[in-house]
Amino acid sequence: MPKQTFILNGKTVTVNVNDDVRVLWVLRDLLGVTGPKYGCGINVCKACTSHINGKAFNPCAVRVGDLKPKDRVTTIEGLAKTTPGDLHPMQQAWIDRDVSQCGYCQPGQIMAAVALVKRVRREGRDIRESDLDTIRNICRCGSYVRIREAIEAGARAMR
Amino acid sequence: MTQLFDASVPSSDLHNASGGSGALNRRTFLGYVMAGSTLVVAADLATGRPARAAVPSGPQIPSFYDLEDLQTDSALPTSALISVTITKQGRAQFALPRTEVGQGIMTSTAMILADELDLPFDKVDVTLAPARPELLLNQLTGGSNTTFSTYTPIRVAAAIARQQLLEAAAILFGTSADRLTTIGGVITDPAGNQVGYGDLAEAAASQVVKAVEVTLRPRKEFKVVGRPRNRIDARDAVTGKKRFTTDLQVPGALPTMVCRAPEHMGTPKRLKNRSRILRMPGVTHVAQVPTGIAVRAKTFGQCIDAIRAMDVDWNPGTVSGESDATILSKLRAAELPLAVPDVPILAETIETDFAFAFRSTAALETYSAIADVRPDRATIWAGLKVPILAQQRVAEAVGLTQEQVKVNVITSGGSFGHKLFGDHAIEAAQISKAMGVPVKLMWHRADEPRQGRLHPMATSRCRATVLNGQVLSFEQRHTSVTTDFSHGLGEMITSQADELDPLGLGGLSFAESIFTLTQELPYNFGLVTQLLNEPLEFEDKFSTGSMRNIYSPDTATATELTIDQIAKKVGKDPVAFRLEMLKDERVKTALRKVAEEGNWGRTMPAGMAQGVAIHKEYKGCTAVLVEIDCRPRTVNRDLGKETVTGPRVTKVVIAVDPGLVINPRGLEAQMQGGAMDGIAMTLTSSCHLRDGHFLEASWDNYFYTRQWNVPPKVEVHIIKSDSETPGGAGEAAVGSTAAAVACAYARATKTMPKFFPINHGEISFKPKTFVPPIPPSPTNGLKLAR
Repeated sequence: MPKQTFILNGKTVTVNVNDDVRVLWVLRDLLGVTGPKYGCGINVCKACTSHINGKAFNPCAVRVGDLKPKDRVTTIEGLAKTTPGDLHPMQQAWIDRDVSQCGYCQPGQIMAAVALVKRVRREGRDIRESDLDTIRNICRCGSYVRIREAIEAGARAMR
Repeated sequence: MTQLFDASVPSSDLHNASGGSGALNRRTFLGYVMAGSTLVVAADLATGRPARAAVPSGPQIPSFYDLEDLQTDSALPTSALISVTITKQGRAQFALPRTEVGQGIMTSTAMILADELDLPFDKVDVTLAPARPELLLNQLTGGSNTTFSTYTPIRVAAAIARQQLLEAAAILFGTSADRLTTIGGVITDPAGNQVGYGDLAEAAASQVVKAVEVTLRPRKEFKVVGRPRNRIDARDAVTGKKRFTTDLQVPGALPTMVCRAPEHMGTPKRLKNRSRILRMPGVTHVAQVPTGIAVRAKTFGQCIDAIRAMDVDWNPGTVSGESDATILSKLRAAELPLAVPDVPILAETIETDFAFAFRSTAALETYSAIADVRPDRATIWAGLKVPILAQQRVAEAVGLTQEQVKVNVITSGGSFGHKLFGDHAIEAAQISKAMGVPVKLMWHRADEPRQGRLHPMATSRCRATVLNGQVLSFEQRHTSVTTDFSHGLGEMITSQADELDPLGLGGLSFAESIFTLTQELPYNFGLVTQLLNEPLEFEDKFSTGSMRNIYSPDTATATELTIDQIAKKVGKDPVAFRLEMLKDERVKTALRKVAEEGNWGRTMPAGMAQGVAIHKEYKGCTAVLVEIDCRPRTVNRDLGKETVTGPRVTKVVIAVDPGLVINPRGLEAQMQGGAMDGIAMTLTSSCHLRDGHFLEASWDNYFYTRQWNVPPKVEVHIIKSDSETPGGAGEAAVGSTAAAVACAYARATKTMPKFFPINHGEISFKPKTFVPPIPPSPTNGLKLAR
């Protein structure tokens, strides 16, 4: 069986699994990294949103064989380590606003939010209401209003 | 209503103990000190419910006896003890016989305990109790009942613990308990000597069970209850540490999924390529179960691949050949007649007629359960709101006794009614038994709207008669596909049959009883009748259940739209008319609040409008004001394929009077979330039945509210209540928001919507295949990284 190697939350990992298994299942079922959640498996609900080389991606829609050994995959478990302090500013903003209800979608929401803030910064601007409207992550508890507030606060703290 | 229920509260709560004679009047409760090496106290879950007063005359049952009372009274003959343990480390431990699905009850329960114990909030540990068969119906989470039914028993247990600790400290300090004070888990005597609860936990313990009397702390001493508090699991949720069922690592429980029939509730005949499936990468087992063909593999991804490769002969479903239109016409044919009331001949009549599509009750976490079934025992891990019933049904399904089945209740990724049923636990147990190995079952997203529990399709007709500005009669006939209540609420009604007989519920079905216990039109509208008919022909045809707020989003939408029509007929402003007609001061206060905060009546551009609605249920009430934008440039926003836009609610103002508020922050979250549900129900979310199949298979098909339809402004105003008891909050904003959005839409578009959600007529997506029943996993995720 092929050996798959990539960098997961700062550490190089190698897994024996076929190329076509999607990264979500490698993380969850083989490596026991369960922060990224399953909500659809077809890149719609975005509950599994994580980062690849600092950008948001959905591991349910990527074959593990398509990862390169130098690819850096960051899940919610590794997010705090990317910034000083024991929580990422976006995680802190989530706690401050008490965003979570059932909490199932929130790892994906936070990872999507961090990537969104970085993306608009790369475009040389601040986050706008219209940017928040583009977020596709589902929250079936309907915590959207607090998600919007927390992203704005988290973005300010990410400076 | 409030008056009546205040009678069920110890009058002591209204007085301060230090208030002289008030102390003598304080009601005492009975509880127990349990035998143990550390302090364990207990109270009966039925504590605090008095014998019910005579039934007053009145037009509608919920004003004096509603679903909350039914559920709470179900505890009385079957009650059992709940216990609080004080550890040597000075922590309080409590296993809550309810389940956490995101509504925040673990947090609010810890708050109640912290106050009554006088212990810091972070020293209270609340866990979820496993199935406790002795609790019978007193372990059902639903109908917004948790806080209402557990508030007093939990306080009694905590008060006994504090009392025992005070008595142990009195012996230690050579004084009497009434000369001691508690602050934050530390007891102090008049000389300034101090001792912590943990140091007293052993001394306060008892070698035998003994009954003791206790009084509760007056509300004015509460430091935690009533103040905003973050969820106890907030940090775990944002760091990925919070564990849901599929996150658990149970030895040998490998990923397992089921290939399901193309038609709704279809069943398998046989798998024709079993040996090929067994040779696929990662696959370990294949088994036929009543609901489909199960496959177990090293990863869920390999289960998906195996399901897509299966060649299965299927039996047809239960609604072969049926579609939305045929079901709707059968419902129409079964509508109960609107009786012509005896009104003066000059009275004018207003008639309305609405229909409501099927909706999916699914949460974001799909149905999932871990089962390890052995010849002599079984263990289940799952999110379950009625774990005892799941335990019984698992036992039946795998041929064990109830005592041989252990059911662990796991925090859920949402419920909304979905986890009232144990479908997932039962199916997992059947698969584990058939395969002879432990399994971690997970439904595919596509399985949920197609085979999972649905909120039933319904029609609602209203007729009102009006003369000289007064409403003489208001009739509502709600006709629905059968709602499955076989999750415990039905059993509650059976067990309460004697008590309910004086209310005239005898002879009604489960569903009719629930309807009668939840529906209340709190207006002075003369003769009011609200009746439900669920025709028998639909029994067992659809997989249904009660979605968040059960019938009320549909019935409230119908009644409030009708009330707007009546107001128009009599030439009154919708808010002024409602204030004139409402019976209840609490509802009027809530309505005035939203009218004021939401600037009711402000001028808006053409295509935009305000709408307002009220709802009274679960011992509380809400009023909601919304603003909607139905202008073409908003309605036709193009955000890419399979992205439903449509009208956008731009503002929601909610006023809620929920009775005693435990955690205002949790309540705010419930109101906001309820509003998102209400918006979806009126504007965007439904399931389409076509030729025996439900078309939806994705969150881009079943359109729950998404960020681009979230109102930029949502305000929640909590009305200060003088009630001493908490009401139900989990569902309160759904019906009123659904109705307010409908009223605003009607005004903005100058049309009367007839079918909900309003976009049901057009299908905005390409339906995914039915054979195979689940879509392939995409591979283009790296290209989409951004």
